Amino acid sequence: MAPIVSVSNLSKTYASGFEALKGVSLDIEEGEILALLGPNGAGKTTLISIICGIVNPSGGEVTVNGYDVVRDFRQTRAMIGLVPQELTTDAFETVWNTVSFSRGLHGRKPDPAHIEKVLKDLSLWDKKDNVLRELSGGMKRRVLIAKALSHEPRVLFLDEPTAGVDVNLRKSMWEVVERLRASGVTIILTTHYIEEAEEIADRIAVINGGEILLVEEKAALMTKLGRKQLRVDLAQPIDEVPNMLSSYKLSLEENGQCLIYDYDTTAERTGITALLAALAEAGIRLRDISTRQSSLEDIFVEIVEAGQ
Amino acid sequence: MNLEAVKSIYFFEMARTRRTLLQSVVSPVISTSLYFIVFGAAIGERIEEIDGVSYGAFITPGLMMLTLLTQCIGNGSFGIYFPKFTGTIYEVLSSPISMIEIVLGYVGAAATKGLMIGTIILATASLFVDLSIAHPLAMLFFFVLTAITFSLFGFIIGIWAKDFEQLNLIPMLVVPPLVFLGGSFYSIDMLPPFWQAVSHFNPVLYLISGFRWSFFEVSDVNPLASAAIILVFLALCMSVLTWIFRTGYKLRN
Repeated sequence: MAPIVSVSNLSKTYASGFEALKGVSLDIEEGEILALLGPNGAGKTTLISIICGIVNPSGGEVTVNGYDVVRDFRQTRAMIGLVPQELTTDAFETVWNTVSFSRGLHGRKPDPAHIEKVLKDLSLWDKKDNVLRELSGGMKRRVLIAKALSHEPRVLFLDEPTAGVDVNLRKSMWEVVERLRASGVTIILTTHYIEEAEEIADRIAVINGGEILLVEEKAALMTKLGRKQLRVDLAQPIDEVPNMLSSYKLSLEENGQCLIYDYDTTAERTGITALLAALAEAGIRLRDISTRQSSLEDIFVEIVEAGQ
Repeated sequence: MNLEAVKSIYFFEMARTRRTLLQSVVSPVISTSLYFIVFGAAIGERIEEIDGVSYGAFITPGLMMLTLLTQCIGNGSFGIYFPKFTGTIYEVLSSPISMIEIVLGYVGAAATKGLMIGTIILATASLFVDLSIAHPLAMLFFFVLTAITFSLFGFIIGIWAKDFEQLNLIPMLVVPPLVFLGGSFYSIDMLPPFWQAVSHFNPVLYLISGFRWSFFEVSDVNPLASAAIILVFLALCMSVLTWIFRTGYKLRN
């Protein structure tokens, strides 16, 4: 199946000379949730802005459902919904009017029933006649999502949707995202909360310095890059790691009460059996052992640091 | 053509006019009435007729132009500057809408509002003085074309402006002198020869003169020259906008 969004060799240099994107290529499959991770200034927002038509590209091309975002902007932009990072709203408009306005802008005929459904889904129905400046930050964020959904997009961009949003609202927003995915909407999100990406995304793309460092199925990424740690709690503290164990590169922590062993789950041998045997041979008695899988956050930091 | 989008922008902008009714409509009416009291009643009684037209009637087209120019530039620039300032412009830029349609929406609303206020001023003026319009079609030509041209001009200012100071620079600093020195309140025949010559370089003189001619058949310059000037200025604004859209100047860069 052809990707719904296809970015090839995309570059952007701003008038200031800043090179925000350096030949980015990325395919996004229909119906998936792709998390775009990257530190501040990595190029996430520029990439999204070009796909949505807010910023002109300097080179390369982007297609959405086969249409070019520059040449066939009417087709591509009608398919896309965008929730921007900044809480930008028309302070003096009502929720209902601003959401209906968004639908009209996208060339869709008024459909009060759809607007009502969107507002109800986002728990905004009782606020529909409120003026935007009266709403809290979390409510404004929901209004931005409602605006992006007003014209029934096939592709939804969420640029840092949960920044500054409390836990409850964040949960209910992810429920909305799940429902959208179930209805076939493709979702691309950027977030700083890596655990969110870990929880919700199908695939992860890491961008830094205007380059895509990696695009991978989340599960595959976790196994591929996922290092595990074996933690051995000792019955009695030791002063140093015995020489005979030096090949395991153990680190001694917590005042000599605990040994940490890093191993690679994808390696042919993890070395755990041998290590445990060697510990017994060295006369070290164990109280407890546990393992820990590195999180997406560890992986992310590792990739970004390796790329620098 | 994304007509839904043009309609959406147009009515969204017109809704702002409704919300700010006091500021947008009542205040120009009050200031015009003040002009009539000061210039028409207090000073006008001491001034003879100009070219056979009573002074109060003579200044009406000038006052309409003064308001039309200020209002259209103000509305045209604010309409596009405000979303730029708040950031909501992202939505317009990411919509399936061409730049021409964006202009139709914003400039159409700005011009409509200018024309509404101009008409209200005409109605207010008719309470103070006897008015007749000799060439209604020519009057509409100048009225509508000036509204469109200066709303476009305002739109360009709104795109160019970096902050509120720049936004107000031209409407506050450039337009009033041009209008006041463009014969809104006098015929340039009343000026010394040197200032008469200088006045001919003021484009606003041509607008006011042509507009006044459509009312009273008296003018400082040939009405055809007036029509030519407004068309040239319209073409100029459209060329600048075309360039802005081609390059994405200050919008998509």
